[in-house]
Amino acid sequence: TVHTSLDVVDEKISAMGKALVDQRELYLGLLYPTEDYKVYGYVTNSKVKFVMVVDSSNTALRDNEIRSMFRKLHNSYTDVMCNPFYNPGDCIHSRAFDNMVTSMMMQVC
Amino acid sequence: MEGLTLSEAEQRYYCDLFSYCDTESTKKVAPNGRVLELFRAAQLPSEVVLQIMELCGATRLGYFGRSQFYIALKLVAVAQSGLPLRVESLNTVKDLPLPRFVGPKNEQELRHTALYSSDADNSTPYSGVIPPPPGRVQVKKGSVSHDAVQQRTSTDQQESTSPVVSPQQSPPTSPHTWRKHNRHPSGGNNERPLAGPGPFWAPFSEAQPGSSTTGDSIWSGHSPPPHQENWVSFADTPPTSTLLAMHPASVQDQTTVRTVASATTANEIRRQSSSYDDPWKITDEQRQYYVNQFKTIQPDLNGFIPGSAAKEFFTKSKLPILELSHIWELSDFDKDGALTLDEFCAAFHLVVARKNGYDLPEKLPESLMPKLIDLEDTTEVGDQSGEVGYSSSPAEAPPSKSPSMPSLNQTWPELNQSSEQWETFSERSSSSQTLTQFDSNIAPADPDTAIVHPVPIRMTPSKIHMQEMELKRTGSDLANPTSPLLVKPPDLSEENNMSSSKFVAGNTVADGYSSSDSYTSDPEQIGSTVTRQRSHSGTSPENTAPPPPPPRPHPSHSRSSSLDMNRSFTVTPGQQQAGVVAYPPAVPPRPPPSQGAGPHVHRPVDAESLITHTSTSPQQIPEQPNFADFSQFEAFAASGVNEEEEEEIETHSEVLLVEKPSDSAGSLRVAKTDGRVEDKAAASVPVNTGKGTTPLAPPPKPIRRRLKSEDELRPEVEEHTQKTGVIAAVLASQPSIPRSVGKDKKAIQASIRRNKETNTVLARLNSELQQQLKDVLEERISLEVQLEQLRPFSHL
Repeated sequence: TVHTSLDVVDEKISAMGKALVDQRELYLGLLYPTEDYKVYGYVTNSKVKFVMVVDSSNTALRDNEIRSMFRKLHNSYTDVMCNPFYNPGDCIHSRAFDNMVTSMMMQVC
Repeated sequence: MEGLTLSEAEQRYYCDLFSYCDTESTKKVAPNGRVLELFRAAQLPSEVVLQIMELCGATRLGYFGRSQFYIALKLVAVAQSGLPLRVESLNTVKDLPLPRFVGPKNEQELRHTALYSSDADNSTPYSGVIPPPPGRVQVKKGSVSHDAVQQRTSTDQQESTSPVVSPQQSPPTSPHTWRKHNRHPSGGNNERPLAGPGPFWAPFSEAQPGSSTTGDSIWSGHSPPPHQENWVSFADTPPTSTLLAMHPASVQDQTTVRTVASATTANEIRRQSSSYDDPWKITDEQRQYYVNQFKTIQPDLNGFIPGSAAKEFFTKSKLPILELSHIWELSDFDKDGALTLDEFCAAFHLVVARKNGYDLPEKLPESLMPKLIDLEDTTEVGDQSGEVGYSSSPAEAPPSKSPSMPSLNQTWPELNQSSEQWETFSERSSSSQTLTQFDSNIAPADPDTAIVHPVPIRMTPSKIHMQEMELKRTGSDLANPTSPLLVKPPDLSEENNMSSSKFVAGNTVADGYSSSDSYTSDPEQIGSTVTRQRSHSGTSPENTAPPPPPPRPHPSHSRSSSLDMNRSFTVTPGQQQAGVVAYPPAVPPRPPPSQGAGPHVHRPVDAESLITHTSTSPQQIPEQPNFADFSQFEAFAASGVNEEEEEEIETHSEVLLVEKPSDSAGSLRVAKTDGRVEDKAAASVPVNTGKGTTPLAPPPKPIRRRLKSEDELRPEVEEHTQKTGVIAAVLASQPSIPRSVGKDKKAIQASIRRNKETNTVLARLNSELQQQLKDVLEERISLEVQLEQLRPFSHL
């Protein structure tokens, strides 16, 4: 599921050649008939990909909400990256980051 | 589970503890997190803790409900008092002292002192403050609560308070190791006699009860950190003195029960808004030490320590990367990946605290927060509750923190603002793509918005620039004394007034543009004046509204008025300035002059008149360089015609006459005329023999007229028609061709012709170059417009 969405993300990235960065890549297509969830993709300048999986049981989040969530995610991620002790690729242990993420999720739920 | 009966004090105490542990207010406390910390703070062996948990049923349920929690606490108390853990012991043991928890929780102590001060009998003096490692060692002495009281009274001596005492040996050992580690980075400064911290905290803990009246259920780990500060700081006395001073006042409240968690209580550290010493405050000595360390990395106190250097430095402290990462997160206030002096001191302080066993706070304590002078106002800060912070600009020397603290306290506003502001701040620092989304994201009107929103100045500079260029152009035009412009300056001045009045009326960029558009029909000078004034207006509305794309109207404007503007340009071919929007060479009002010349031509004129014609044609050429094509052709044709007529009319006539019958009208004539034109120079003189200018005059005149009329059409056709015209003229005028032209006249005419030719060639070249220049200028303008359009989006 998530892996297939990653494939789709890659596909989209390769598709847009000129516009290297597409901040909002709302990929709503991955909506299986059985598993009703939506996968949103988001790519940053540095090709870091954020994938958000949302259950469709929740009245579908508005596009803007998703975008704002991604934006916050992006910002928090950059803050995490600023930390010299953080090696890209590690699991993010930043508490601030986690707090932000959880608070965001709580908002939605 | 048996029913649990708790005394009042116990009830209260447990309730507090429960609320303390119940961070999410779910009435359930997960075993992880604070409960564990709490139990660890109880300094019970782990198996005891497990046993307790089992007994209270938490393991069954997977979490601590309130009852389970209370039971657990009671069991902790039982265990701490050395009694075996049994379920039945819960209710059987009376007068069980309240469970003691070790850790930096001053607030808790305070609260408890207030609450339980009356319970001197029962619980009371649990000065749970667990001193930092050294303290712990000494703490071991105390046995039970009551001893603690006595100890507390004698806190000035090292002992410490910790009733916690007894069995717990294991926990203290770790602090020892921490201490050792701490010694490493501090380079031996840790001489701190163990005694040092001891007295410190005790008074410290006392101090807290004194100020505990806040009554919040906030636990502050302040006492331990300051003790740890002492670890690193050089001198003891100042802090101790202050602490001791507070000690007597709070000795009364010995009944503080402090529950302090050891390892992870940092999470529970809250800041107090009271004015007593901030546990996280960096003492002067410590600060000096930090500054020295900073200098070893970065000599410039105002400079930054890059992230990599800081990483190496703090890695030496042998803290786990995770914790260092957290410390960095806390201390890198502006999230720039580098540490200023303040940030560095804060980070160092946190490292020290951590090494001494104090957990890292979730948020940076205010005392460690660097003063954000350079950031927007004071609204940037305020992430912490109003604690005393120190305002230490990077350039500031360490001391005088205390006096500045209260001020900082006031300057730092509430939490809610800060989070958003930080968000915006981080957004600002984040990729530029977020810039466009700021509007929706920045709900509060924080000062960052001023920075975030790009000031819409972008468009105007180009416009101003263009206007300036236009101004230059007009200036040049005005300066040109050529006749066509002479008439216009007065008009210009009038129009200046007009435009100024128009401008005042609509003093916005848009208006300026509209006014400029309205000028399309006006002569160019008006447009230039308008632009001149437009520049003035352009600057004003800069900040008010994003100006409409300035350059665009210009090109259209210029183009639309090109016809008129070209008039002024005609005189200043070489003076045309860049930027003045390309004034492409429009079709010059050729007909009038040519028409004017026409009748002239018709009149039978002698060589002089012919010469005058030729002279006028060159005059026309400079006047209207844009019309170069036509003019050139015209002149060329004229000159060619002149030449032909003048010099070779005989040949023309002869050839024409001869070849006419044999040739078809069109092509051969053209060829012949071409040949004639080419030969004109060569054959000019000799051909002219016997031909007077007078006979040439008539033929050239009608020819010229035709030529000129045809110039308006097409040059090529012109040439053809020229030639046909020439032929016709020649034919017509053949009989009247004067053949008595003197050689001198012919020579003069030849020279004149050559000059004219060169004139025309140069004029043509000039016009072409000007055309190119205009095209390039247009491109430049369009590029500038694009650049400025793109600039706001690429801005940060």
